[in-house]
Amino acid sequence: MSSLQDYLLLSSLLFSIGFAGALIRRNAILVLVGIELMLNAANLNFIAFWRYGPAPAALTGIMFTIFSISIAAAEAAVGLGIILAVYRHFRTTDLNLMNSLKG
Amino acid sequence: MILAVLTVAGMAAAMGLRNAVHCVLALTLGFTGVAALYLQLDAQFVGLTQIMVYVGAVAILIVFVIMMTHRSEPAAPPNFISLWTVGSAVAAAVFAVLAWAICASTASTQGLPPQPGVTVQQIGDALMHRFVLPLEIMGLLLTAALIGAVVIAMGHKEDMK
Repeated sequence: MSSLQDYLLLSSLLFSIGFAGALIRRNAILVLVGIELMLNAANLNFIAFWRYGPAPAALTGIMFTIFSISIAAAEAAVGLGIILAVYRHFRTTDLNLMNSLKG
Repeated sequence: MILAVLTVAGMAAAMGLRNAVHCVLALTLGFTGVAALYLQLDAQFVGLTQIMVYVGAVAILIVFVIMMTHRSEPAAPPNFISLWTVGSAVAAAVFAVLAWAICASTASTQGLPPQPGVTVQQIGDALMHRFVLPLEIMGLLLTAALIGAVVIAMGHKEDMK
């Protein structure tokens, strides 16, 4: 783990794991977890590019990551609220059983 | 290297385990591994923020929602195998393309530049001067998102016990 390439490969692996989870899992909560994993992989890319970039004193990578973490937290709160509302209606979190928008 | 293996194992377990609570436990392991990677990359503030926000808040929130929706644990679905095959094939293809692009790039083979030595005071100065407008917008977004989440999750009056 010493060059930028290793970190980029690791974060693309994390992204692929999250992507596979978001595609495969049928529990809506775990699909949301997969999306969080993809966001984490993007944050790791930001930090790696900041650390290996030409101007680390400008702090742009750190700022981008902080804002990205805040947005991910807000997105998790809203997503889980939506899952709770949908669960109250359909009595399930299985995505295959949620098959109508009108209710 | 150990950190990378730990992170990938935690996240793969988070996506692969059958019990949702076990998935979240593995997820906290993966989040902690990513935080340790941030520390390894000399971004201490971001690493501690990652631990506080993800391990402390997001994982707990997910556990709460899993507990509140627990009685609908989906049994072994009939089409799980084909879905699993197609989904992991697509994800593997995405990873292959990304890895090919990274390995073909010449910019990503350079060595480690000297340590930047960023202090929290510098981060605070940057947040208060250069990035003050994004900071305010982020505060507004967080307020709106949290109020919206409460309103969405609260439901109607007649549903409440």
